[in-house]
Amino acid sequence: MTTTLKLEALTCPSCLQKIQKALQKTNGVQDVQVRFNAGKAIVQADPDVVSSQALADVVTKLGYTVKKITTK
Amino acid sequence: MAFEQWIQQKIKPITAIAAALVALGLASHWLGQTFLQQGFYIIAAIIAGVPILLRAWSALRMKIISIELLVSVAVIGAFIIGEYDEAAFVTFLFLFGDFLEQKTLAKTRQSIQTLADMAPTTALVVQPDGQTAEIDVDDVVPNQELLVKTGAQIPVDGEILTGRGDLNEASITGESRLVAKENGADVYAGTILENGTLHIKATKVGDDTTFAKIVELVEDAQDTKSHAEKLIDKFAQYYTPAVLVIALLVGLVTQNLRLAITVLVLGCPGALVIGAPVSNVAGIGNGAKHGVLVKGGAVMTTLRNVDTFVFDKTGTLTQGKTTVTTIHQDDPTGLQYAARLENDSDHPLGRAIVAYAADHQLLNPGLKVTATQTYQGLGIAAQVDGQQVLVGNQALLKQYQVTMTPQQTATMQTMQTQGESLVLVAVNGQLTTLLGISDQIRPAVAERLQELKQLGAKQLVMLTGDNERTAQAVAAQIGIDQVHAELLPADKVKFVKQLQSEGRTVAFVGDGINDSPSLAQADIGIAMGSGTDVALETSDVVLMQSDFTELVHAYGLARKTVGNMRENIVIALATVAFLFLGLIVGVVDMASGMLVHEGSILVVILNAMRLIGYQRPVKKIKENWQIAKEN
Repeated sequence: MTTTLKLEALTCPSCLQKIQKALQKTNGVQDVQVRFNAGKAIVQADPDVVSSQALADVVTKLGYTVKKITTK
Repeated sequence: MAFEQWIQQKIKPITAIAAALVALGLASHWLGQTFLQQGFYIIAAIIAGVPILLRAWSALRMKIISIELLVSVAVIGAFIIGEYDEAAFVTFLFLFGDFLEQKTLAKTRQSIQTLADMAPTTALVVQPDGQTAEIDVDDVVPNQELLVKTGAQIPVDGEILTGRGDLNEASITGESRLVAKENGADVYAGTILENGTLHIKATKVGDDTTFAKIVELVEDAQDTKSHAEKLIDKFAQYYTPAVLVIALLVGLVTQNLRLAITVLVLGCPGALVIGAPVSNVAGIGNGAKHGVLVKGGAVMTTLRNVDTFVFDKTGTLTQGKTTVTTIHQDDPTGLQYAARLENDSDHPLGRAIVAYAADHQLLNPGLKVTATQTYQGLGIAAQVDGQQVLVGNQALLKQYQVTMTPQQTATMQTMQTQGESLVLVAVNGQLTTLLGISDQIRPAVAERLQELKQLGAKQLVMLTGDNERTAQAVAAQIGIDQVHAELLPADKVKFVKQLQSEGRTVAFVGDGINDSPSLAQADIGIAMGSGTDVALETSDVVLMQSDFTELVHAYGLARKTVGNMRENIVIALATVAFLFLGLIVGVVDMASGMLVHEGSILVVILNAMRLIGYQRPVKKIKENWQIAKEN
């Protein structure tokens, strides 16, 4: 399952690394791509282990706002 | 943590309060109120310092040594040695700089944001009872019938079932001129129906629409880094921790905490990390706005270095469809007869004649045709409307002993050297009409190719499967340096390889349909594809309108973008060098260091913003053209 998290605009490159690593460490996540300029995190994850909402929560906990969650 | 989230959301008021407190601190300083001054600075530093500290901590938990960590350690150090004013300035400047970065970065990202915002959201579905219902565009399925009203957006890719209208396809092509479409034509999601009403059948929905693919491609491109950027990223990964270690060593060796924390602030890698990507983002955004899709920073860099452009002829330099380009006649009777005869054939030259006649209201299906005789490779002979009509080449006319005047012979020769295929029409043994048919060259190709050369292209090569004579004629008209005709697709690939082995950087420009191998082999594959999937996938650069103006724009843009990126890297490195030199000489302290540092970040972003408005350098080239002509 692919979850796309639309984030607020990212400005610091370390924010990107932070979000990337936090998502990668989450159980059930297979692949993470964070787009700095588009302000998006695209996450491939096992829906049986981790829900889209749980992925969004990981980002929220870091202090970033998730504007929209889409799954496919 | 809810507190952290709350703090990060309130960053603007926090920055504003810190600004006010710093101002009050400065005022107290001038008034000689040392106690008040210290108080204001301490509160300012704490208020502005908390969000920085929190960010540093959350990064550290992910084992990331962030810029915020450098600043946090520096600020704590400043507190230890009682430099509250420095601590206040540094934290405030850091937050304020971040705020300005956010504002300016948003500008560089604007083009793609504008594009993404053009995405349709709802669709009107035609239900079996004929009623319409508004639904979310994500719920539309293929083959569903949709209604599009005047002024509305086409919600998905589809085919017009009934109706006609004028469409603004700027979201796909970058060109806002209206395109008239009717039954059977394809329409694209994200385009706007300026007038008319359409019933369409959904063909591609959701992420499969051309529009969605373009947005995806551009978004991905903006974050696809060039080699230089990857190198800088790697460098920055080690650089930030290294600054921390160096500061520690400086502190231990010199026993000077003040110096150590100054090193921390000066060492922040800001402008270097942001400098190159921001140029790319602005450059790629500019391209997207002008119908030029460039797939990432690496492509930008390679495109800049291209010295040889290889073009496919048919469908790329030319329109890819044969049309009547010259006609010599005294009256249109001959043409009318020819069109009547060719109406029943599907010969490419015949189709061109029929299309031309239709455009000029000369199609008359009522004309009676009898005694038709088709000669393979020569043409047709028949009785049309009681007249003996021949439509074909010189050999056919010779067979029927039709003579031609010396003037007609001369005209024919001229037409042939122009690369036109000839179709002659004789009525009752008299040659009445000379038709020149060719695949028309795209508008203004010659001028645009000249512009490519002005921008730095060294050689322009044309490869074609077509015959030598036509190829040469086309090449001569548009100013191609090298022509190779009668090639198979595999030969074209070989040719590209050969040019590469000669040490050239080759861009192949094709229509993306039968050129995929060459597009892939070239250093840069440039597809002229009006919204075709293949073009989007197989190439590095897509020219959405199949227009040579876009090609020149792309090449010029790549040159400007890479130049801009280099400028930014120089600015960033020079800033660091300047700061450390200042530190050694003793004119730079923590606060002024932070000011220069944040300033340099803004300078690189502002520099990149110049790319947003980049335009193909039209005027200068025109002048050069005139000079060239006068000489």
